[in-house]
Amino acid sequence: MKPPPFSYHDPRTVADAVALLGRLDNAKLLAGGQSLMPMLNFRFVQPDHIIDLNRVEGLSYIREANGALEIGAMTRQRDLEFSDVVRARLPIMHEALLQVGHRQTRNRGTIGGSLCHLDPAAELVSLATGYDATVTVAGPSGERQIPFAQFPVAYMTPAIEPNEILVGVRFPQWAPRHGYAFVEFSRRHGDFAITSAAALIEADAGGKITRASVTIGGMGTAPSRARELEQALTGQAPSAQLFRDACESCRKLEAIDDIHAPASYRQHLAAVLSRRALEKAHARLTGADAAQARPH
Amino acid sequence: MGEKRKIALTVNGKRYEEEVEVRWTLADFIRHQLGLTGTHLGCEHGVCGACTILVDGRSARSCLMLAVQADGHDLLTVEGIAPSPDELHPLQQAFHENHGLQCGFCTPGILTTLIEFLRDNPDPTEQEVRIAISGNLCRCTGYQNIVIAALDAAKRLRAGEWR
Repeated sequence: MKPPPFSYHDPRTVADAVALLGRLDNAKLLAGGQSLMPMLNFRFVQPDHIIDLNRVEGLSYIREANGALEIGAMTRQRDLEFSDVVRARLPIMHEALLQVGHRQTRNRGTIGGSLCHLDPAAELVSLATGYDATVTVAGPSGERQIPFAQFPVAYMTPAIEPNEILVGVRFPQWAPRHGYAFVEFSRRHGDFAITSAAALIEADAGGKITRASVTIGGMGTAPSRARELEQALTGQAPSAQLFRDACESCRKLEAIDDIHAPASYRQHLAAVLSRRALEKAHARLTGADAAQARPH
Repeated sequence: MGEKRKIALTVNGKRYEEEVEVRWTLADFIRHQLGLTGTHLGCEHGVCGACTILVDGRSARSCLMLAVQADGHDLLTVEGIAPSPDELHPLQQAFHENHGLQCGFCTPGILTTLIEFLRDNPDPTEQEVRIAISGNLCRCTGYQNIVIAALDAAKRLRAGEWR
């Protein structure tokens, strides 16, 4: 099918985009288009106005600032994938991006579009959850910050007002030496994951885990932190046994039943994938993976 | 008729100035307005990869862009790959010789995808080729000969058969 008729607007500034959004009824923002365009082609959405953000200046950047990585909303997934600073400071993002769609979609898809679309299985949404990222939105009265924990308010619904635009996201960095891994299970490479696990760990000089973040995606209405697992890891010396035992708590996380898998299967995957992610993260932390070649 | 806009763009080295309906996808514009029907449309929702073209050298699904968004950009479609009407690009020659296509529907999207991939990664492994074309569905070949053709093309390109 073909998109329904609409009026097209391509503002050059955030202020102009916000003004259009406030003035026009039934308007949709177009970022990378890798989710909105299919919905338009199938007429799942029938907006009267499309406000294209692709010519808005100043929304594509990757920069280090105050111990964080700040990323502009219109930064393409491809630019993040090939960014040296992302690889150095946020290496889990590089690993996660290789599992986001395909090269052809990453060339267009943006981080802001992915975060606002808020698919529960989206890799970048999981990372923002695991990092306690902060998003910046611009509205008629200026900018405001939203902690990512408060960003999803319902299934695929972000805490953005109808007259606001996401302009950037801030990922606080972990220690220069930390363990990380993003693993997911999907039927075909590039598909949305049935379930995913993102793990980050830091350890003290004696090897004990001082900090852990584990995010499970694809289970519920949004990716969520495995808090019980994180607590069980903190203060402990890492071992295969610890990871195996602690990850069992992920079987208790709420999960949805759908055409792709029953809830019990997702819960099983949550336990298995979180263990694999932690083992990989730990191997990276201790340098045990150094001998292995980098995937891709 | 819906809202229209004037756009100017380059496709396969040729300059076009056209008026387009703003709701038209880039794929429909390329096929129906420019008459370049080598770009195929399978699913029209970004899954099959048949409509893949290069936009400023980067592969993209042309069904997931609006034609107006191509204003000012430089596109390459399958028609622009061969150096002349009677000569194939080494990638096309490799597909021809290795039986890398059967019905040919998916081929334009696979060729454009591989043009970008082999430029960025001139000496790929088989696994890297399989990941590179994982966004292109082929229902005939089982992919085996596509992978063989891609690796053969990489070898030809490295040997300097092209530019």
